[in-house]
Amino acid sequence: MSAPLFRMTRVSKSFGATRALVDISFEVRPGEVRALVGENGAGKSTLLGILAGVHAADSGSMEVDGAPFRPRGPAQARRAGVAMIHQELAIAPDLTIAENISLGTEPAHGGIVDRNVTRQRAQSALARLTSTAIDVDRPAREFSLSTLQLVEIARALSSEARVIVLDEPTSSLGKADAARLYVVLRELASRGLGIVVVTHFLEELAQFADTYTVLRDGKRVAEGSMADVTVDGLVAAMVGRPLDAMFPHVPHTVGEVLLRAEHLCGVRAPDDVTLEIRRGEILGIAGLVGAGRSEFLRCLYGLDPVRSGSVKLSGSLLPRSNPRASIRNAIGFLSEDRKGEGLATRQSIEDNMTLSRLEPYSRWGWLSLGRRRAAVSERLQRMRCKPDDPRAVVATLSGGNQQKVAFARLLHQDADVLLLDEPTRGIDVATKSEMYQAIGELAARGKAIVLASSHFPELLHVCDFIAVFQRGRLCAMRPASEWTEATLLRTASGVGS
Amino acid sequence: MSARRGRSRALLAALAPFLGLLSILALSGLYGHFFKPEATFFSGYRLALIAKQTSIIGIGALGMTAVVAAGGIDLSVGALLALTSVTLAQALAAGWPPLLALCATIAVGVTAGALNGLLVTSLRLVPFIVTLGTMLAYRGLAETIADERKIAASAPEWLAGLLDPPAAGSLQFVPSGVWIIVLLAVLLALLLQRTVFGRHVFAIGSNEPTARLCGVAVELRKIEVYALCGFFMALAGVLEFDNLNGQGSPTSGIGAELNIIAAVVIGGGSLSGGRGSVLGSLVGALMITTLGAGCAFAEISEPVQKIVTGAIIVAAVALDRTRQDRER
Repeated sequence: MSAPLFRMTRVSKSFGATRALVDISFEVRPGEVRALVGENGAGKSTLLGILAGVHAADSGSMEVDGAPFRPRGPAQARRAGVAMIHQELAIAPDLTIAENISLGTEPAHGGIVDRNVTRQRAQSALARLTSTAIDVDRPAREFSLSTLQLVEIARALSSEARVIVLDEPTSSLGKADAARLYVVLRELASRGLGIVVVTHFLEELAQFADTYTVLRDGKRVAEGSMADVTVDGLVAAMVGRPLDAMFPHVPHTVGEVLLRAEHLCGVRAPDDVTLEIRRGEILGIAGLVGAGRSEFLRCLYGLDPVRSGSVKLSGSLLPRSNPRASIRNAIGFLSEDRKGEGLATRQSIEDNMTLSRLEPYSRWGWLSLGRRRAAVSERLQRMRCKPDDPRAVVATLSGGNQQKVAFARLLHQDADVLLLDEPTRGIDVATKSEMYQAIGELAARGKAIVLASSHFPELLHVCDFIAVFQRGRLCAMRPASEWTEATLLRTASGVGS
Repeated sequence: MSARRGRSRALLAALAPFLGLLSILALSGLYGHFFKPEATFFSGYRLALIAKQTSIIGIGALGMTAVVAAGGIDLSVGALLALTSVTLAQALAAGWPPLLALCATIAVGVTAGALNGLLVTSLRLVPFIVTLGTMLAYRGLAETIADERKIAASAPEWLAGLLDPPAAGSLQFVPSGVWIIVLLAVLLALLLQRTVFGRHVFAIGSNEPTARLCGVAVELRKIEVYALCGFFMALAGVLEFDNLNGQGSPTSGIGAELNIIAAVVIGGGSLSGGRGSVLGSLVGALMITTLGAGCAFAEISEPVQKIVTGAIIVAAVALDRTRQDRER
């Protein structure tokens, strides 16, 4: 077997009291594609940060081709042969493809960029990746995401990278584009490069990666050859507990219809959706990226404009709605974009939790801050939020605790209908489990819950019914027990159920 | 980071403008002690002058604090100062009863401010551009009203004498206009910290989509905030009228918007919204005028004074930036 191209030995990293990484070791050999998997918060981002030189390791060492590797920034890492491709692509949209590929390493004579060399370099790097002709003189903004991903890889190749690290490369790609990308990466590996892929899409890995490393709570908990492990085995290692304990079941009974969407149409999605949500019911919304899951919830809540169709609450027609009216009608919405929309992260927990319902603490617009603080404090303790100081700024909380605050806002406004858009995105396993428990308890109390999720296992275990969306349309709805991951995927991708 | 450490750091940050102000005062005092033994910086006359000079920037900074906290900016405040002061002068000159003239001035300020807010929300333009436009428009309006001249008008003592030094031996210490500012500052601080309106303002400034999601009437609130700023600028216009000894000038307040914004920023306001302190802004305003007085006392030329003020603004924001980075 060949000598490793890249080796990480017993690397540890702490942030304050948080031990983000503990004694992590792994290797990548030439021609190897290694998958790095783990739940959110397992330490993957920190690990990537160390590889890219954004963070410095507290202890441990790294080697590239046998030479010590201690980058102090992405540029140094790249010069040493390690190129990182982030989830959010580092592409300047107004520069041409060729300029993007040479970005930071422009071929120049006395400060004047040599356009011909730039162009040739781009063309030769792209030619190694794809047979499709790409006009390197066009600005990047004119190209699709999947093409731009190739451009980033081409940039890595043009700087003589030996190891390419990709963070969630397929998260915004369709299935076909993802498959094409994997072919390209396999091809690069076969030419002696080392590839490290961080991804949540475990099913894809089985066909494409050679080896895997599982991180959990900053530790390496499993490692081996992809051929010797099943997807379920990987999940069990990531979660660190049997799946039953992950999804606590709270008995609840389904009652009368509470919310009914009739021929609901949004600007792009939803497209003519008719759907009923009953008291005590957890209704799952499944679908691929762009299927209109979020848009459906946003239309129901009045955040996105409704083009036609209607929404009825307990049989009475809701007028053209907006968030304020929805909150008055006891409809609550949890945004999938916690930082961008869900929470005002620079404000305190108490401000965030009570923003949608300040009435209990106000008279003639005057707030009783003491009463509010007491109420928020009590809620924080009940849901075991850390820290439980209502004055703490939300940005200082971990993702899981931030999500608890966002979720608590819906409980605080006493919503009867809870529209949850990706409620467990980016939170740790323990909090996820608590979230499922809370959702079950709400259903038991007669609330109606709509749960939109890209994570099929979650839908299958938590929901009573699952509706599958495709291109904005509702294409099937059945009890959760009649679905499997495979049938969900087939229906969602339109292959037929 | 523990909550307690976070709070002590927040306290330190809140104190930073005070420390800046104190060091300027100390430097000026020391300079006087060593180089100008015949004069003293801390004379009652000079301190009253500082208070008087602070009043106009300070009252503008109050209104701007609310705008900045809501994530906006208002570049038209300097022009509003001219517009409202010529409105007052013209109304008085036309023989209106003083109280009516005052009400008209306030109405003009509030309307012009509300128009800013209306344009920002209805056109969905960034406030920087909108108020850059209204800055020119309001200036032109002021010049039209005043026919491009200064307008002299007589007003009763209660309206014209707001910046006059108090009678010797009175317990008032500073001109009554300064006390009005203190009162308004307290009211504004309560409004921002202790009311539903205030919490909505900070929510909008901190993250507008969140505020919308939580059912806050974002557009209405923004219009109210700009109108509030217009209200404060109308009062500043009255003080400016007094400052010019009963004249309204269409060239008043050219460049004042920069000093006002600087005062808010030095005081801990963030131009990306969601943060702003009434007390901090007042201290920031005080700092800018004290710096001017200190430089004048030390016979430092005005150009150098500008350079120093500029450096302090950048330093204040840089300090704030590092604090925010650590928070993250």
